[in-house]
Amino acid sequence: MRKAIVFAGVAAVAAGCATMQDEAAYREQAVAWMKRDFHARGMAKTDRLNQDELQRACTQYNNNPPEALVKRVEAAEMAGIKLPADGKYLGDWKRGQRIASSGRGMTWSDKPGAAGGSCYNCHQLSPQQPSFGTIGPSLRGYGKTRGYTAENRKYVYQRIYNSKAFSMCSTMPRFGHSGTLNEQQIKDVAAYLMDPASPVNQ
Amino acid sequence: MRYARVLCAAAGLAVGLAGQPATAQSDDRTAAEFDKFREVLEEANPAELWELKGEELWRQKRGPKNASLEQCDLGLGAGVLKGAYVQLPRYFADTGKVMDAEQRIVHCMITLQGFKYEDLANRPFSRGNYTPDPVSIVTYVAAQSREMKIAVPQSHPKERETYEIGRQIFFYRAGPWDFSCASCHGADGLRIRTQNLPNFTKPGAQAARSFIGWPGYRMTGGVMHSLQWRMNDCFRQQRFPEPGYASDTIAALLTYMAVNSNGQLYRGPGIKR
Repeated sequence: MRKAIVFAGVAAVAAGCATMQDEAAYREQAVAWMKRDFHARGMAKTDRLNQDELQRACTQYNNNPPEALVKRVEAAEMAGIKLPADGKYLGDWKRGQRIASSGRGMTWSDKPGAAGGSCYNCHQLSPQQPSFGTIGPSLRGYGKTRGYTAENRKYVYQRIYNSKAFSMCSTMPRFGHSGTLNEQQIKDVAAYLMDPASPVNQ
Repeated sequence: MRYARVLCAAAGLAVGLAGQPATAQSDDRTAAEFDKFREVLEEANPAELWELKGEELWRQKRGPKNASLEQCDLGLGAGVLKGAYVQLPRYFADTGKVMDAEQRIVHCMITLQGFKYEDLANRPFSRGNYTPDPVSIVTYVAAQSREMKIAVPQSHPKERETYEIGRQIFFYRAGPWDFSCASCHGADGLRIRTQNLPNFTKPGAQAARSFIGWPGYRMTGGVMHSLQWRMNDCFRQQRFPEPGYASDTIAALLTYMAVNSNGQLYRGPGIKR
């Protein structure tokens, strides 16, 4: 039995397939190379190469970690969401539109603090903006179709703050958690999705 | 072997992306317009200007050692250029590692001509009227492989190892926005804004969509860029720190992308949006 497993492993390597142990070893080497070859520039310091637990698990499990781990990490991400003290989840949709349209923020060529949400890079939102990406789902008519409820307002705020609290290996950045957007900016983007007057809901 | 590679890459794919792509009519129109524009421009390909400049730089005696690059071995023997570009990155016994085209050219400029890495890495990317010499030279070298099949070797153990390291770099999620290369380039039919995103994890025509066109004359900025710049700017947008110019990390990533492009026709140096 053991011989068969060893043989399968050797065959996999010979065929160009990496086994689980190989994967881990190659990943370790990849990290060592990156840590040696990358340098800090502007606000992008080399500590960005260090993965937190979520990033490490999503990389290791190809964005499909075991259920128990998902439950634990999502709960921890949820617990880290700071809800607005005033209990209001929506701000000004007009400011939210500007934030949603801006692709700036967090690169080595950006100034600290000057961040947008890059929403249009991945999502369709207002029908008036034909330049939108498709990495995330369309959010056109978001509030209108899902309902302008208190529950949905809170959910949208939380989802923008930390998408990973709902889907551990989501492609979407954790805008609040990472300090990209502040409380008011998250409220403004939430309003862009949830205000009945927003072009998103026309 | 090719099938094995396809299977392994497919097995390693499984990238969970939320949502279905929206209809892409406007994108199709944009792409069609761009293709038309590219056809017109290709009758007088601006990349040829840099090819000529690169040829001059290849033949001239330059640098502290007053030598030409004609003894530079790009993998097929000293001075052999025909087909060299489409077989890079590859393993070089003299350095004991896998090197990509521009990295190897930089190596030759250092060893044969006496240039210093620090000087070459100081301003490695084109801007305005400035084109770094290695960019012109790699454009010249690449042009000698135009319309040839990409055939990046995986016979040496280091070449297979470097492919696997490159694959790990490709899927490595980190930084403030949790991105890896695969966040944008790990599934079919995605786009950022109106820009189509090639899926580099899918060996064949998909993976080759970027590789076959670089070095390229980029209409944004009107400058010649190589894959070194492309990788650099991707990491910028990935919100990572900056990768070293002509570094082994970039060579590994390019090995992953180039091997996945094997069998496709190399169409560059061309025009890029």
